[in-house]
Amino acid sequence: MAGDIWVYVDQFRGEAHPASWEAFSAAKNLQNELGGEIVGLVFGDQIKGIAEEAVHYGADTVLYADNPTFADFRPEPYAALLAKLAREKQPAVILFPTTTRGREAAAMGAVDLKTGILPDVVALEVTEGTVLATRPVYAGKLLSKAKCATNPQIITLRIRSFAKPEPDTARSGELIEVEPALSEDEIATKVVDYSDTEGGVSLTDAGVVVSGGRGTANNPRLNPPEGLDDKEAEIWRAHQGFKMVSELADVLNGAVGASRAAVDAGYIPYEHQVGQTGKVVTPDLYIACGISGAIQHLAGMRTSKVIVAINKDPDAPIFKLARYGVVGDLFDIVPALTEAFRERLGK
Amino acid sequence: MKIVVCVKQVPDTAAKVVVANGEVTWGDAPLVLNPWDEYAVETALQLVEEHGGDVTVISMGGEDAKEALKHSLAMGSSQAILISDPGIKSADSLVTAHVLAAAIQKVGEVDLALFGKQAIDGDLGVTSSQTARLLGWPAVTLVSTISEVNEAAKSLKAQRSIEEGRQNVSTSLPAVMSVVKDIGEPRYPSFMGIRKASRADIPIWSLADLDVDPPEPSVSWPQLMNPPERKITNEIISGDSPQEIAEKLADKIMEEKVL
Repeated sequence: MAGDIWVYVDQFRGEAHPASWEAFSAAKNLQNELGGEIVGLVFGDQIKGIAEEAVHYGADTVLYADNPTFADFRPEPYAALLAKLAREKQPAVILFPTTTRGREAAAMGAVDLKTGILPDVVALEVTEGTVLATRPVYAGKLLSKAKCATNPQIITLRIRSFAKPEPDTARSGELIEVEPALSEDEIATKVVDYSDTEGGVSLTDAGVVVSGGRGTANNPRLNPPEGLDDKEAEIWRAHQGFKMVSELADVLNGAVGASRAAVDAGYIPYEHQVGQTGKVVTPDLYIACGISGAIQHLAGMRTSKVIVAINKDPDAPIFKLARYGVVGDLFDIVPALTEAFRERLGK
Repeated sequence: MKIVVCVKQVPDTAAKVVVANGEVTWGDAPLVLNPWDEYAVETALQLVEEHGGDVTVISMGGEDAKEALKHSLAMGSSQAILISDPGIKSADSLVTAHVLAAAIQKVGEVDLALFGKQAIDGDLGVTSSQTARLLGWPAVTLVSTISEVNEAAKSLKAQRSIEEGRQNVSTSLPAVMSVVKDIGEPRYPSFMGIRKASRADIPIWSLADLDVDPPEPSVSWPQLMNPPERKITNEIISGDSPQEIAEKLADKIMEEKVL
């Protein structure tokens, strides 16, 4: 129906990204103000189970496409079907989780639908029938309130910014199967395969992040193996430091982050970088180990709920943001903290 | 290969950006080439070094955006074009994409249009996908490695960085790509490059030159504000041994109920 609120459910290889469910609580709040039904969109291959799950999380109706062309995400077929359906049914709002896939499908869908896009939104309100979206800009150094004058209003929601509703398995809704808009020979990009897909908790989804900085390379008690030059020895030391950081992260079921300085020095791959030119994270607990707190790092983690800083330098700027601080050597404190949590969490 | 790189000029990452009297200010912090776009310029230069061709850098903005273009020229780009027109003052992403798509068409016979992952001011991260859509070219975003460029077959392979790891794809050219940091550290401008860039004549294209009539912007941002002050009580945990400190800290964190 015209005026409905749609939620795009992001999935990877048949499993819904949990941030998709967060969008249903945002949809519910919008529905209270704007009315309409909540409609879930699930595109994939063998994903009828996800369509049913969407009902449990709050969809009144689910439009699902079950087709091999959707087995791997490519923006073109996803956006084409999204736009085709939206032209037919005229929703007022389409919400997406800001995953890599959600952002792209939304961006291209907005082009096809000749409408605006508000990406990476952290709060929504409705004033006089218009949705006002709060978005961090300049990596959260500022906030902007933005709105879109055309329908559908395409909005992607920052992960972990909206509550995840409890699923209700007793809920029922209508599942409607739809057909793809493009056939395989109309799609230029082919997915060959995946690599490095095993690695742990993803930074942007993590409830706990433990990060290391340049300080990870400064353990005076370590003697690097013979035959390394100065740079190699420094990286070797840093690897030992990051091992400690990872052990703490593992005990807390968290992800490992890093400062730009540590990434640029070659201590840890770029995927781990938190900051303005890395990832922006909003965990419940952020533990910064040997990170001084350059403004570009703070921009990536300042909205974490509880921040803990461990640093030798009592004047390090990171302490200003920290609920708890320890002025000390991370090589003493971090292993002791890992041990303390092991006892308390029974691991 | 004929490559276009779309770049933006932004305040430096170290800038303290605040809203004062409703206007965004960053004090005397310099305006720089968007850091993500530096990787896109680097990618273009490496591709051209390997496969031949030339790199055209395009930016949309006021006269001051020429600095970002000069930096790109100093790194080794062949030519730069500034798109400037009073008609594109409050452009949203869709307007920007319309203008950039028209500019890429005007450059002509482009094999690859490269973008950074996002601009560090607006943090939208959608311009590459939207430009691709308007051109009707495939979009391959968040690319960390490019391989098997085949100019005759007009194809290449790329590795993308996604939440779950790396996705390996092949696509046809022309294509639009956005790159991430793993693609390679951007080079510093050479002395000769800086001299060449300082003398370069950067043409300015208007909307009329592009023969494009972008849509009215539908997104507006009526309010810009400083984030609310966070009231944080700092508590320094101390003790006689690392174990004692760790025990106290672990107890405090358990009390916060964040685990």
